[in-house]
Amino acid sequence: MTISAFPPGAVLVLGAFLLPFVGARIRAALVLGLPLATLWLVWDLPNGASAAIRMLDFELVVVRSDSLSRLFAIIFSLMAFAGGLFALRQKSVLELLAAMIYAGSAVGVALAGDLITLFIFWEIMALASSTVLIAAGGERSMRVAMRYLTVHVVGGSLLMSGILLHLTADGSIGLSAVDTGTIGGKLILAGVLLNAAAPPFSAWLPDAYPEASFSGAVFLSAFTTKAAVYVLIRSFPGTEMLVWIGLFMIFYGIIYALLENDMRRILAYSIVNQVGFMVVGVGIGTQMALNGAAAHAFAHIIYKALLLMSAGAVLYQTGKRKCTDLGGLFQSMPITTVCGIVGALSISSFPWTSGFVSKSMISQAAGDEHLMLVWLLLLAASAGVFLHAGIKFPWFVFFQKDSGLRPPDPPWNMRLAMIFFAALCIGLGIWPEFLYALLPYPVTYVPYTTAHVVNMLQLLMFSGLAFFLMLPLMRRTLTVTLDVDWFYRRLAPRALRAVAAATHRTDGALRDALAALTSLGASVLARSHGPSGTMARSWSIGAMVLLVVALLGLVLVYGYG
Amino acid sequence: MSEFETQHWLVRSQTVRRLWVGFTLVLTLLVLADMFIHPHANFGIDGTFGFYAWFGLLACMAMVLFAKMLGVALKRPDTFYDD
Repeated sequence: MTISAFPPGAVLVLGAFLLPFVGARIRAALVLGLPLATLWLVWDLPNGASAAIRMLDFELVVVRSDSLSRLFAIIFSLMAFAGGLFALRQKSVLELLAAMIYAGSAVGVALAGDLITLFIFWEIMALASSTVLIAAGGERSMRVAMRYLTVHVVGGSLLMSGILLHLTADGSIGLSAVDTGTIGGKLILAGVLLNAAAPPFSAWLPDAYPEASFSGAVFLSAFTTKAAVYVLIRSFPGTEMLVWIGLFMIFYGIIYALLENDMRRILAYSIVNQVGFMVVGVGIGTQMALNGAAAHAFAHIIYKALLLMSAGAVLYQTGKRKCTDLGGLFQSMPITTVCGIVGALSISSFPWTSGFVSKSMISQAAGDEHLMLVWLLLLAASAGVFLHAGIKFPWFVFFQKDSGLRPPDPPWNMRLAMIFFAALCIGLGIWPEFLYALLPYPVTYVPYTTAHVVNMLQLLMFSGLAFFLMLPLMRRTLTVTLDVDWFYRRLAPRALRAVAAATHRTDGALRDALAALTSLGASVLARSHGPSGTMARSWSIGAMVLLVVALLGLVLVYGYG
Repeated sequence: MSEFETQHWLVRSQTVRRLWVGFTLVLTLLVLADMFIHPHANFGIDGTFGFYAWFGLLACMAMVLFAKMLGVALKRPDTFYDD
């Protein structure tokens, strides 16, 4: 049916511009109210598309709603609400403004009915998220934001070129399955995968997100990568290459997180890891797998935001972010600790948490398709998630050695946001039917069989055993681990500097040579034209008269010749 | 006050020992539970006794060791990019 062409995300995008002009109380009301208004609009949206709007020869379908787009629009609005609640004490109005626009444009992407509308919201997301980074303040944030924006401008260009080629070849801008056999399709896929933090461009995510403010990172964790997952589900289901790209992301995330010392960078790597699970699901491409990918995106946004909230709470209260500086915080921050653990269990897909009912669907899909290698790798990865995010994060932040820090739990709004999302993690784990009802395809999957619960508990508990057995090998060090971003943070600047130095040298040598040549010419000229040169000598009157006569003679000959 | 009293009960060595005992018990019970469940194996190997237990343990150890090896080549001081 035809629905209104007013995009629900516009409530957030436009409403955000009121924030700088109102007082603190109304601002708080807006930060909580705008997401709720959007959620209400999205929730009530019937299936259908808005009437096409003509713009520059294109028929734009600004709003198109079905179960898949609604699932993503719902979780994006919900996330904006909880993030807003967590960020109420954020002093930077710029961050709140950017975060609300960011969330609104993500809702816009989820409900876009054509590629051009999608692209417009996509680019607003890139600008708004960069602004969230800038709002953290300081030169370091500015540099990070510029690196982040540069990568996303490249991604946006890939996407735009792909859309234009697709349009020329196909004649349609409709948002549906895209053929990866064409160059246009390949470019669109590349642009989307870049936003999903797929290799070789995974490094932008752990480079940027941990540099945001205590609340900025919570917003950043949710939208960009999951909007990319949405487009993958919509346009590239069953693209086999995605299975292997996803598996790479999964193990990349685990290995790098294991080596990491910064608590929020551990969580950033684990975003890449979790998005990898979703990308594998899209690659498998069966109804079960796509359901799994969508459900996992929904569950992931909640528990990842929860984990980053608990890390943000620690940062807010202590100002510290390195595992080597933290530890023993459970004694004075019990609520943060418990909420962090709930998030950690959910990401590890521990039974009775949301991760269990969503990730299991992806594994099950691999099993159903008899993809043994994929299935075994996913299983190993599930163990690895427990290792790097499920235990490592809470252990090094809240337990391990006592750092002597005794900060209290954060203010009430941050506690409330964490408790809300922790309750959702457990609620969805116990009553998965609420999540399953939102999925694009009918669900017949039953997550809670005795065998499955026992199997997963075995896997996770023995992963835990491995962690504590190998604890001496996991000692935190004051290090970063080199990644692909080394190429543009180190190699490229150094290469440019070398080129600049070489240019400078060549330029200098050429100028010197030119100067030498000029002075040589000058000395030659000086011999004839200098003060004592032939031309500068004073002439006698006789010689002058002779010259004038000769000239007149010449004119005469010329005139009558 | 003695050191015993100033320490949080959760970090006292006695508690830690008890936690290890409890943990070992849970691990044992979980493996034994394999005898009473009827797994729906997809591939055969996943239906063998205690598969998820040893697979999880070995997979994690392999990943930690691999990370450690990679770290030797790729780790740098965390001030690496600060100049």
